Amino acid sequence: MFWNLPLIAVVALTIIALATIVFKKNLIKVFLGIVILESAVNLFLISLGYREGGIAPIYTNAPSSAMVLPTPQALTLTSIVIGVATSALLLSFAIIIWKKYGSIDIEMIRRLKE
Amino acid sequence: MIPQFIVENSPALMVIVPLVAAFITPFIGRISSGIRSIWVGGAMAVTSAITLILAFDVYSAGTRLYVFGARAASAAIPPDSGGIPIRIIFEVDPMSALMLVITAISGFAIILYSLSSERSHTGLESYYTLFLLMITGILGMVSTGDIFNFFVFLEILSLASAGLIAYRIDGGVAVEAALKYFVLSTIGALAILVAIGIYYGEYNALNMAMIASRMQFSLLDQVALVLIIAALAMKCGAVPMHFWTPDAYSMAPSSITALLVVASQASLYGLFRIVFSLYSVTLNAVMVGWLIIILGVLSMVVGVTMAIPQKNVKRLMAYHAVSQTGYMLLGVGVGLAVLGNQPLLDAFGYLAMEGGIFHIINHAMYKGLLFLTAGAIFLRVGTYNLNKMGGLGHSMKWTMVFFIIGALAIAGIPPFNGFASKLMIYESVFMFNPVLAVIAMVVSILTLASFVKVFHSIFMGPKLPEFADVKEAPLAMLLGMGILALVVVLFGLFPGIVVENLITPAAHALVDQGAYISTVLGGA
Repeated sequence: MFWNLPLIAVVALTIIALATIVFKKNLIKVFLGIVILESAVNLFLISLGYREGGIAPIYTNAPSSAMVLPTPQALTLTSIVIGVATSALLLSFAIIIWKKYGSIDIEMIRRLKE
Repeated sequence: MIPQFIVENSPALMVIVPLVAAFITPFIGRISSGIRSIWVGGAMAVTSAITLILAFDVYSAGTRLYVFGARAASAAIPPDSGGIPIRIIFEVDPMSALMLVITAISGFAIILYSLSSERSHTGLESYYTLFLLMITGILGMVSTGDIFNFFVFLEILSLASAGLIAYRIDGGVAVEAALKYFVLSTIGALAILVAIGIYYGEYNALNMAMIASRMQFSLLDQVALVLIIAALAMKCGAVPMHFWTPDAYSMAPSSITALLVVASQASLYGLFRIVFSLYSVTLNAVMVGWLIIILGVLSMVVGVTMAIPQKNVKRLMAYHAVSQTGYMLLGVGVGLAVLGNQPLLDAFGYLAMEGGIFHIINHAMYKGLLFLTAGAIFLRVGTYNLNKMGGLGHSMKWTMVFFIIGALAIAGIPPFNGFASKLMIYESVFMFNPVLAVIAMVVSILTLASFVKVFHSIFMGPKLPEFADVKEAPLAMLLGMGILALVVVLFGLFPGIVVENLITPAAHALVDQGAYISTVLGGA
């Protein structure tokens, strides 16, 4: 039962994130939706790497040989770093949009269409 | 002649050189802008040279395996890893090598062009940094054999592209286009990451060859396939997800648009690599093949019909780019639909795939050329609006010649390269399903009609008084365009040689999943 709890959380976070991205009108809230989606994916990767009773793969003084393969953690770390770069770029776009358009409502950001 | 060290380590060097050069560029730029131009031009020339050395080596000596952190490629599977290739591996087969050739030629032509076209703009240190990062991303994406590594390079590419699309803020409009592109590609990349997580959870490996050898095509694999196809089809601008393409292509500086075309092709390569090398015959080839064919036909038809009424020349070309992507999807999709059926594959499957793959390299060349001519016109005239231009043929003769070459190539008129690949697609698709071939030809005719209109409104007519003092584009820009135009003409004059030496090995490498797996895992 509890095994699936992280995966249920992943699904819930994904739904919340997608709903935020699709329905929110404020640009910053859309970006928050993307950040939540990133967290959902990171949680998914981390939960893949969980093994009951496994220990960190540090060979010195290891009490048992049941170690966790650290690949999912490494993937998540990389993904977090990429996520930071993504958020920074998105927010810098929001700053320029605010300066040039005077609004961060996505209904107002429609000059391309004209 | 070429030092052995460079040949042996070329897969690593071709990624390291632009990556390191990118981050040194801002410091060099502090000394003087002239030295910076030499620096970035030199860095790109070295990268192109290494890339071409590697591609030549792959075509002559076979698939190249490069294992990071190991002394030799034979150490792909460490003895104590339980048979899992845990190191990051670059696997450059002829299909990857073809993409490397595209990137090397376009990258070099485009940097020559931008050294001159961007001269009067500010913020150039970030421009060149991001430019070299884009090259890094493309080269990494097309040569990696590790699926997580693919994701990392994809993200490097997306971040750099988004920054460059927004580079000319243009009253915020360019930022709006970049925003659209970047939100979509972030969501797409996260979908790919979920798919990677699924593969890892299921097969305990991130190496593509390893995953391919264990592939069972369970329900989870189908979910992963759908996520990846959706994300990569979006990134290459196929139709239901194409709406970012015209915005991003028209708002980016023209040199970057030409590179974005190559970036889209890299995503297309990713799509084909996943479908053919990772899944191959385990998937329902007919269904997925038809899915890709339908995506392709929709892209062709919708792209060209949207292009005809456009007034902005770059927006028009961007819709044509969507339409041309459809040809590649159609050709390779037909090859996929008959995968596993050897008689049909021999009859027309290979030919269709070769046509589709040949169109990838042709498209990168002529479409890059067309976007560069649009940039040259904008530099001299200051507008992209077709209704305001006219009579430029009197003053911009070379640009006009290059535009004619590009326009005839995209419309599939002999003796230019677009004709060679389109003919291969028509012939083979006709044997598969005549209706598809007819659609492809009609789209080609509409493309020609559209470009005749563009040509007429830009270059023909009397000299307009407001453009009386318009001059020819600067020499460096003409050189950049000239390289691409030369390739377009040569590929059109000698398609047989190109197909035999570059395209056929690529198509066979894509189909032959066993060879892809055994290169890494050995024997099998």
